[in-house]
Amino acid sequence: MSTETVDPQATDVAADPSKASRFGLRSRVLRDYGIVLILIVLFVVLAVANDAFLTTTNLLNILDQWAPLGIIAMGMTFVLISGGFDLSAGAIYALAGVIAAKSANELGVVPGILLGCLVGVAAGGLNGLLITAAKINAFVATLATSIIVGGITLAITNGNIVFVHARGFPTLARGELIGIRYPVLMLAAAIVLAALVLHKTAFGRYVYAAGGNPEAARLSGIRVGWVQTATYMAVGFGAGLAGTIIAARLSTATPDAGGYPLLFDVFSAVIIGGTSIAGGYGAIWRTVLGVLLLALIGNGFNLMNVDTVYQRIIFGAIILFAVWVDQMARRRSTR
Amino acid sequence: MSAAVAPHIELAGIGKRYGGIQALGGIDLAIAPGTVHALVGENGAGKSTLGKIVGGVIRPDDGEMRVLGEPVRHHAPRDALRHGITVIAQEIALVPDRSIIENVFLGLEPRRAGFVSSRALRRRFAELAERASFELPPDAVVGTLPLAEQQRVEILRGLARDAKLIVFDEPTAALSPPEARALFASIGRLREAGTTIVYVSHFLEEVLALADAVTILKDGRLVRTADAAAETVETLITSMLGRALKTTFPAKVRSAPDAPVVLEIEGLGRGTVVQDASLHVRAGEIVALAGLVGAGRSELARLIFGADRADRGVVRIDGDAFRARRPGDALRRGIAMLPESRKEQALVMDRSVLENVTLAHLGGMCVAGGFVASSREWSRGTAMLERVGVRPQLPKAPVSALSGGNQQKVALGKWLIETPRLLIVDEPTRGVDVGAKRAIYDLIVALAQQGMAVLLISSEVEEALGLAHRVLVMRGGRIVAELDGETTPEAVMSHAFGAVGTEPHTTTTLRMTTGEQPSHAAEETT
Ligand SMILES: Nc1ncnc2c1ncn2[C@@H]1O[C@H](COP(=O)(O)OP(=O)(O)OP(=O)(O)O)[C@@H](O)[C@H]1O
Ligand SMILES: [Mg+2]
Repeated sequence: MSTETVDPQATDVAADPSKASRFGLRSRVLRDYGIVLILIVLFVVLAVANDAFLTTTNLLNILDQWAPLGIIAMGMTFVLISGGFDLSAGAIYALAGVIAAKSANELGVVPGILLGCLVGVAAGGLNGLLITAAKINAFVATLATSIIVGGITLAITNGNIVFVHARGFPTLARGELIGIRYPVLMLAAAIVLAALVLHKTAFGRYVYAAGGNPEAARLSGIRVGWVQTATYMAVGFGAGLAGTIIAARLSTATPDAGGYPLLFDVFSAVIIGGTSIAGGYGAIWRTVLGVLLLALIGNGFNLMNVDTVYQRIIFGAIILFAVWVDQMARRRSTR
Repeated sequence: MSAAVAPHIELAGIGKRYGGIQALGGIDLAIAPGTVHALVGENGAGKSTLGKIVGGVIRPDDGEMRVLGEPVRHHAPRDALRHGITVIAQEIALVPDRSIIENVFLGLEPRRAGFVSSRALRRRFAELAERASFELPPDAVVGTLPLAEQQRVEILRGLARDAKLIVFDEPTAALSPPEARALFASIGRLREAGTTIVYVSHFLEEVLALADAVTILKDGRLVRTADAAAETVETLITSMLGRALKTTFPAKVRSAPDAPVVLEIEGLGRGTVVQDASLHVRAGEIVALAGLVGAGRSELARLIFGADRADRGVVRIDGDAFRARRPGDALRRGIAMLPESRKEQALVMDRSVLENVTLAHLGGMCVAGGFVASSREWSRGTAMLERVGVRPQLPKAPVSALSGGNQQKVALGKWLIETPRLLIVDEPTRGVDVGAKRAIYDLIVALAQQGMAVLLISSEVEEALGLAHRVLVMRGGRIVAELDGETTPEAVMSHAFGAVGTEPHTTTTLRMTTGEQPSHAAEETT
């Protein structure tokens, strides 16, 4: 814990490679890039085992399919690093889909998309205020908002599926640019934006400081409450956009869309990547790799026709394994 | 040390590397049982590393260790504990939400026939406290205790585990003189009872008074081990630094008596913690707040800085009423405050040294869009690290990889990136070695001469007297005396304690006597 590096290159400056013990070097590489290794192995295995895997269509399909989750995971990375936690992203995702679908029908495509995202931002802002201003524990606060948001979704829809008849709305999910679907492009944009903000701006520094040592951050003049609230708004935005994309993709919005698999997959992606739920440690590239790993596992199952019942079991086991490898490497490198 | 006694612990060729840095190399050391063995050396010399190796907190890369003649290999602190060794770390590690008694027996309870027998535990607790010769309320929550008592809890923790060798890493760095004295008394008791003590400290007088033998480390190498009786403060300093140190404190420059008042407070208070505090600090003036730990000094500073809200009173900065609602307000007004505890309040341990030193002033290093201008950050940050003397210069390493004293320098440097109007420093040299202390004093004095106002809080009376133009003594949340900077440590302490003579049991007045000898103790050395 105490000697985790700041970013992959952090301690390399300190280390004179010629003198660095081989063990130290090896474990550092394992710690920082263990997940990369797992990803590469899985990629090669899938490529060898199944001809259908290594095709542009399949790979782009995977990305398209996982883009909404990836977008939420970007926001969640901010929340976790800043020392927070958000259980309501799934509920926000469902509400945003419903709101986007309804307003696309009634007000038009663009207002539909904007309102879908806006509802997420608003819910995230509410979470942030409850947690930072009212000082309610993040688990409790977001659990409560997720119930409330779920209730609102039900109230709006009466529990019915909302069908989209606004022409043009599905384009958000199905349109293409240079052969790549919009959601994939949006994911790419989200990654770039998140990485820039987290790793290159003062705000990003504040996010790390807020999660790493909130008291030190506060005494450094940082408005920790605002920083954390902003991260909840970011994940809210991600969930809102993701819900809107799904509504567009399916041309329907289901009130119970944001069930537990979605939320758990988001957390899995972020945590497998190596971002700490204790706050203060993590990176965007880590979450990107986490999402890719989940995507490959899911795709592998489908290509190999693994029964969905067993899929979840194996899925959980792989997550445990990945996290275990990561922690082993970390523990060693602190010795 | 008489060679006849078989050593309690013996190290042969012990070495430890971190990346390319040799933190420790070729250490041969034998520590006799029932003695106090001191480790001294500059910041980063490897004292804590050596202590941690002995205590199984980290594993050495080279060398061998024998405990009572038997070769040992610690893989974790519990292995060391099995050999009767425990470490009381530079940064205390207790479970803050739990009671004292729970902390003391943490992990030991299950052995008691399936359920925790609280009566037996309490009896055992009383025995331990007796052995260490201090009293602690067993049910108090650890997080609410002052540091000195947390340390006692750690000592009891060690004793509860039958520790025969206790490593103390800078135990007095954050203690006030009476607390330190109480600690020396219990260390004396432990030694009489046959416990071996390894004692790391930057207070060299303390080391000489307490220790039987001293080992000097420099740059990870052992310079020499000698009888404490054969050493003086000067010989220690010369070997530690590789040069003599002329004086401990820079010469005092009188501040202009008519300089503008930068900070003025009137009737400032918060609950019973700080009551009716009034003071002023002029430009160029260094004013010390002296007093015992818990007298309300840090709390007063926090009110000025906006870290806590005052519920009465006025603060004026440059003559204008100013109320800091949060630290950011104070910072924008040119007030900086180095807080009391570097680990809890000043540093983000997992982040890099550079990020830590620039954190409070990042706004001024940004280009459009809030992007950090990395070259500007690098040049200003590294210049500051250089200025406060952080070594080794590893701006990209996590700050947790620095030695304690170097972390303290980062914590201080962080507030000087932009020179403040008013600098509040709470224990600025906590854990800093004698050489680097002088560099920090020079820095503070130079900044004051350029017109900065300084409010200094220090538990080292000599430090307060060595730097300050005026000394304000606090007791029970109130400012009870204003003394001239030329006053004596005794005068300060008697005000700090209240009516003279009410001071609790005074066996040795170690820290006070060090003040009696001129604090420029090392003056004669060349
Ligand atoms: N976890 C770590 N990673 C990298 N370097 C480390 C780590 N811990 C210690 N070091 C380095 O090892 C050297 C010795 O550090 P150590 O903490 O033992 O010094 P020290 O003598 O206790 O100093 P101080 O008086 O400041 O407490 C320093 O150069 C420090 O930077
Ligand atoms: Mg140390």
